[in-house]
Amino acid sequence: MAEKELQVREKQELQTDAEHTIPGVVFTPAVDIFESEEEITLLADMPGVPSDGVTIDLHNDELKVTGEVETQGSKNETYLLREYETGRFHCHFSVSDRIDQDRISASMKDGVLRLVLPKVEKAKPRKIEVKSE
Amino acid sequence: MAVIRWKPGFFGWHRDPFAEMHRLRREMDRIWDTSTRGIVSTVGVFPALNVSEDEDNLYVRAELPGVVPEEIEITTKENNLIIKGERKIATEGERVSYHRREREAGSFRRIISLPTRVDTEGVTAACKNGVLTVTLPRAAELKPRKIEVGST
Repeated sequence: MAEKELQVREKQELQTDAEHTIPGVVFTPAVDIFESEEEITLLADMPGVPSDGVTIDLHNDELKVTGEVETQGSKNETYLLREYETGRFHCHFSVSDRIDQDRISASMKDGVLRLVLPKVEKAKPRKIEVKSE
Repeated sequence: MAVIRWKPGFFGWHRDPFAEMHRLRREMDRIWDTSTRGIVSTVGVFPALNVSEDEDNLYVRAELPGVVPEEIEITTKENNLIIKGERKIATEGERVSYHRREREAGSFRRIISLPTRVDTEGVTAACKNGVLTVTLPRAAELKPRKIEVGST
């Protein structure tokens, strides 16, 4: 397999009609969402967000994920080059399947959030046998 | 913005009367800092870098979420800094189906020439929450030196 080179992708600023209550730029993270029969997993790239900076809210089938970043560097540094901006991360999704809210688990590692949303028993697919007569 | 309760004290103020003004100024500076847009420029090479300096060091920062520190290789050569590495994304098994796939894996290699000479021996790098910080101490002869004026 040929080695793939990573390309720079500009951080996507959150597009919203609502006004922010806190000043600063808000970005939408790059995410992977996949599901298996048992659960839906969401991976989000949120560099600079410590594990206690993540808020997850699931309400009325709408999932909201917010990540508060730690400031990079101290106040007395002056910038010589600035190719990326830092700011909070926010994304929201609608979740169609029934999620077992009590068993939602989230972990943060190297700036990547892994959110596991287990499906409730009822929502798991049922195989329907087709009988031949 | 923080809301601070005003408490009248013996002379009317518990606090320095100018403290509030200073605080407001700092707050304005902060808002100004975050709102000055358009200064962001990319050169099309991954990863995007932020370079800053203070009296003692240069700092080179990059956002590398999901890259394990073992996969990053940092080399300094004269006044060039090379950041090399690979971002790997593990496969999630055969039985999953994707709704979205925006995160990318791949290798990267970037070279940046530093604006000043650095002490290559003292360069350190740390990864925290997916943010890489390379700290490069300025070469000793370039550090600002305070010269005492003696009296005879």
